[in-house]
Amino acid sequence: MPGLTRSDVEHVAHLARLGLTDDELSLLEGQLNHILDQYTILARLDTEQIPPTAQTIELENILRDDVVRESLPVDAVLANAPEREGDFIVVPPVLGGD
Amino acid sequence: MTDLTRLLAHDMAARLRTGETSSRELAEAHLNAAERDNRSLNAWLTIDRDGAIAGADAADARLAAARAEGPEAVVALHPLLGIPIALKDLISVEGGQCTAGSRILEGYIAPYDAHITERLRDVGAVVLGKTNMDEFAMGSSNEHSAYGPVANPWDLETVPGGSSGGSAVAVSAFHAPLSIGTDTGGSIRQPAALTGIVGLKPTYGRVSRYGIVAFASSLDQIGPFARDVRDAAALLHAIAGRDERDSTSAPEPVPDSLLHLPAGDDEAAGALRGKRLGLPREYFVAGMDPDVERRIREAVSALEGAGARVEEVSLPHTDYGLATYYIVAPAEASANLARYDGIRYGPRLGDGDVLGNYLATRGRLFGPEVKRRIMLGTYALSAGYYDAYYLKAQKVRTLIKRDFDVLWEQGFDALVAPTSPSVAFRFGAKMADPVAMYLSDACTLPVNMAGLPGISIPCGLSEGLPVGLQLIGAAWSEAELFALSRGYEAITSSADWRGMEPAQLAAAADPAAPTPAERAAALSGSHA
Repeated sequence: MPGLTRSDVEHVAHLARLGLTDDELSLLEGQLNHILDQYTILARLDTEQIPPTAQTIELENILRDDVVRESLPVDAVLANAPEREGDFIVVPPVLGGD
Repeated sequence: MTDLTRLLAHDMAARLRTGETSSRELAEAHLNAAERDNRSLNAWLTIDRDGAIAGADAADARLAAARAEGPEAVVALHPLLGIPIALKDLISVEGGQCTAGSRILEGYIAPYDAHITERLRDVGAVVLGKTNMDEFAMGSSNEHSAYGPVANPWDLETVPGGSSGGSAVAVSAFHAPLSIGTDTGGSIRQPAALTGIVGLKPTYGRVSRYGIVAFASSLDQIGPFARDVRDAAALLHAIAGRDERDSTSAPEPVPDSLLHLPAGDDEAAGALRGKRLGLPREYFVAGMDPDVERRIREAVSALEGAGARVEEVSLPHTDYGLATYYIVAPAEASANLARYDGIRYGPRLGDGDVLGNYLATRGRLFGPEVKRRIMLGTYALSAGYYDAYYLKAQKVRTLIKRDFDVLWEQGFDALVAPTSPSVAFRFGAKMADPVAMYLSDACTLPVNMAGLPGISIPCGLSEGLPVGLQLIGAAWSEAELFALSRGYEAITSSADWRGMEPAQLAAAADPAAPTPAERAAALSGSHA
C-alpha cells in the first residue's frame, strides 16, 4: 500500500471537513503513515473466503409500527441552536459564499 | 463514626433500610469528597449538588414510606435506591451538560435522558454529576480530554487509564461507590485495572446505547464500575435490558442471579470448583511488565487452588487485533462524528459560508486524537481504499471472533488474562507515539471486536500500583463472569492488598496541590 502524500492528507482533511493548520498537516502526514504501517500486517491473512463482520449481534431489520408518537418538543430541540429564528435554525450561506 | 464514603454500596443500602443513615447524608458525604479532591484529581466535569440533594431527598421519602408500610415493603426496595453514582460525561442527563470531553459540545445541554439515566432515576439512584473522559471516548489515559487530564489517586503523577478515567477515579477515590463508563476498546476495563477497582464491559447489545454519545457503534458498550463484584453486578442489573429505541439492544433476558451473588466467602469460592478456564498465550504480549505478569500468574495459581482447571489456549489472530480495531473504530467514528458541525448545537466558529464554518468549527474544536482518528477513518472508507482497509478489517474481525467461538465450543467456561500490559504510567509517557498508547488496549480490544463480555478485577499491586485480572466470557455470560469474579474475590479476601486505599488520597485532598495538568506539564518539562 502506498503511503500518504501531503496532498493526500489535505484531500482527506477536506473530505472530513477538518480545517487543519500547516503544522497539523505535517504532523499528521507522519503520524498517519506510521499508523498505516501497522495495517500492513493484515495482508498476511488470506480472507478471500471469509465473510465480513459488521456487527456481532444477530439482529436484523428491527421495525416498529408506523404510528405517530410524542417526540421532543421543538423548543427543547432548538434550545442548543447557535442561532435561531422561530422554528428554524439560522445557518451560514450554503451557496454563493460570502 | 463511620466514614460513609468507605462503605460498599450494598452496605450503604443496608444502613438506609435500618435508618442508620439517610440518602441525604450519603449524598453530602460524597459530594464533599468529590469537591474537595477535584482540583488534584480532576475526575469530575460537573458536580450537581442541587440535583443530587433533590434526588437523595426523594429517595429518603421512598425509604420512609416503605418503612411505614412494613418489612415486606422495605425488602422490595431496589438495592440502588438512594445510592450515589457518577456518570461519564457522554451520557445524556436531561437539563445537564454532556461534553463527551470535547470543546465541540461545550455549552450543549442534553434535552433528554439516556435510557440508562431513566433506569437509574426509576430505581432511585442519586446522580452526583458527570465525569471527565478522553474526548469522544478516544484514549487510554484520559490525557486527551479537552478539560484537562485526570490523576490516578494511587500516584498523582500517573494516569488513571481511559477513556473512562473520571468514572474510574470517582469510585477509586471514594467519591461514589458506583459509576458508569463506556468501553469500545477497553475504556472501562483498562481504567478499572489501573485504579484498582471492578469494571465490566457487557456483551454488545446488553445495555441500550440510546442517549449515549456514539464513538464506534458496533463496538460501544456501557458498563459499571464499583469497588466490589456484588455492587458491579447490581448496577449492571439496573441498566441492562432491551430498549426499543436502540435497535442493537438485545431482547436477551437479564438474569436476576446478578442480584444474588453469595455474600459468604465459602459459598462464593464454590463457583470456581471444576470450572475450565483458558489462559490465552497471545495475551502475554511482548513488552508486558514482568511484575504485572507475575501478579496474573499468581492469580491463576489462586484460581487453581480453589479448584478451577486453567489450561493454556491460543487465540491465534490476537496480533491482528490492533490493526483491525484501528481501522474499524476510526471508520465508524468518522461517520458518528460527522454530526458535530456547529449547525444545530455546540459552538459555531467561522464567519462566512457553511464550508468555512465546518472547517473552522471542526478543525479548532476537535482535539488532536479525535482529528487523527477521523482522518484514519475517512481514509479507510474512501474510494479506492475501502476494500483494502475497511472491508479487509471486517473480515479479520470475523477471524478474531471465531478464535473465541472455538474455545466456547470446546467447553471453556471463561478465559483469564491480563487486562493491561502495564500498571498506571506517568503523564506524557505514551503521548509522543500514538501507537504506543494504542498498545495499552492490546488485551482488551479483541473482546470488543468479538462483542463478548469482559470484566477487570483487582488482583494485587506491582510496585504499589494496581494490577487488573481480566475474565472474558461467551456472549450473555455476565452472570458466570460475576460468579467467577466473586469467587476470586472470596479466595483473596484476606490478601494484604485488599483494603489498601489509593496511596495518595490524602495528597489529593490538599487544596493547594497541583492540578493534573500542572503535574503533566512539569513532567513533560523534565522529559527534555
